[in-house]
Amino acid sequence: MLRAALTIAKKDIYSELRTKQVLGTMIIFAGLVILVLSFAFDPANNTTKAVIPGAVWIIIVFSGILGLNRSLVSEQRNDTMHGLLVAPMEASSIYLGKFMANFSMILIVEAVSIPFLFLLFDFKVNGSILYFILVLFVGSFGFIAIGTFLAALASNSKSSEMLLPLLLFPMTSPVLIGVTQATKIILTNMEKLHSAIAWLQLVAAYDVIFFVLCFLLIEYVLEV
Amino acid sequence: MSINLEREKAPLPAADLSPVKSSLLTKILYGSMAAAMLAAFYFIFLYAEIEKTMGAVQKIFYMHVPSAWVAFLAFFVTFVFSILFLIKRKRIFDTYAYVSAEIGVVFTIIVLTTGPIWAKSSWNTWWAWEPRLTTTLILFFLFVAYLMVRQMDGVWDKKARLAAVFGIIGFADVPIVFFAIRWWQSKFHPIVFGDGPSQQGGGIAPSMLVALLVTIAAFTFLYAYLLHKGVSFENMKIKVDHYKEKLRERLEN
Repeated sequence: MLRAALTIAKKDIYSELRTKQVLGTMIIFAGLVILVLSFAFDPANNTTKAVIPGAVWIIIVFSGILGLNRSLVSEQRNDTMHGLLVAPMEASSIYLGKFMANFSMILIVEAVSIPFLFLLFDFKVNGSILYFILVLFVGSFGFIAIGTFLAALASNSKSSEMLLPLLLFPMTSPVLIGVTQATKIILTNMEKLHSAIAWLQLVAAYDVIFFVLCFLLIEYVLEV
Repeated sequence: MSINLEREKAPLPAADLSPVKSSLLTKILYGSMAAAMLAAFYFIFLYAEIEKTMGAVQKIFYMHVPSAWVAFLAFFVTFVFSILFLIKRKRIFDTYAYVSAEIGVVFTIIVLTTGPIWAKSSWNTWWAWEPRLTTTLILFFLFVAYLMVRQMDGVWDKKARLAAVFGIIGFADVPIVFFAIRWWQSKFHPIVFGDGPSQQGGGIAPSMLVALLVTIAAFTFLYAYLLHKGVSFENMKIKVDHYKEKLRERLEN
């Protein structure tokens, strides 16, 4: 199953590297979100520093949703989804493959856009970068895991671009609460590290529960 | 168009529809719902004592809490019937899940409107980002998303399948949402039942508790009645669709 998943992930990433369509759009979009944030919160003002940890997640969520939409809608243009479904593998390996492709793409977007955010807002990190990377990893994992699943669900609709955010945002609210709190603590106030760890544990529990649940239910979503 | 059709074809034979009888169950549900509602009004306005600090405003409590109970119950019922549908693949389970979610939306809206009215007079703010409020709001959004999945285009069994999947993960989400927000911030809602962590929160007068229980029972009957009625409406709709389909086939041949 893992081999089939890796094949699908590789296929997605290869075709993405050929066109650079989605990644390019996601990164440009992340830059635009930073631009809009600079209008909304004056970068010269010191209080703006307080919203930066939240801004990190605004960027990830908004650019992530672009990529999630594409990853399954693109399989429909030539009805390649049908091809994947009749291929000798389980539905869950399609999910796993798509998940891995999306996850690596969002990690690339984060790696590019978050340093830019810190740079442009002149944000000095007072905490541990390693913990910050861990938070990014755990948070993106949960967001992409449930996002890939719901994108597969929404791709059955003609207006999946409109449907996906409506499904995804309420569903991922625990992840978003947890990671914004953890990010805030880790980037500004390392003394309260234990409560950041507690938040991380909550998000990790969510990740596990929903990853398993999506794994079990994906065959009902991808049924022909 | 219709005139031409009538000229070309003989008038359609009358469909032998069996007249829809109101079943015994409907009557029982209706009767018990009405009786319980009237009893609830008596208990709310005459039996229960008036709250000392909030005064008569507190009576909205008896609408607010049962509505919240019904909203969560409705989502639970949707969850159960979603699982049943995925296992058994019978249309009736899907209908139950759908109707229950619709009722859930209505009651969530009631909670979300009575809540701020009460909050304004007792906490002096319309809204607070507090665990139960925020959870209910997210529950509302999940319900609406569920109904959006139902509005998809396509055949019914695909929609039913996807909606069932969404109903299951949506319900699994609600407790996690609640705990996440509870951790995040908690200051307003008093803990009404039990001692509470601070050993001084709230508590409820016996007469109020009786009134509350009666109202909860009444709202549960209301929910059962609405569910039953909604399902029979939905079944009629399905039946009409079948007849339309048959009619179209007949016109084409």
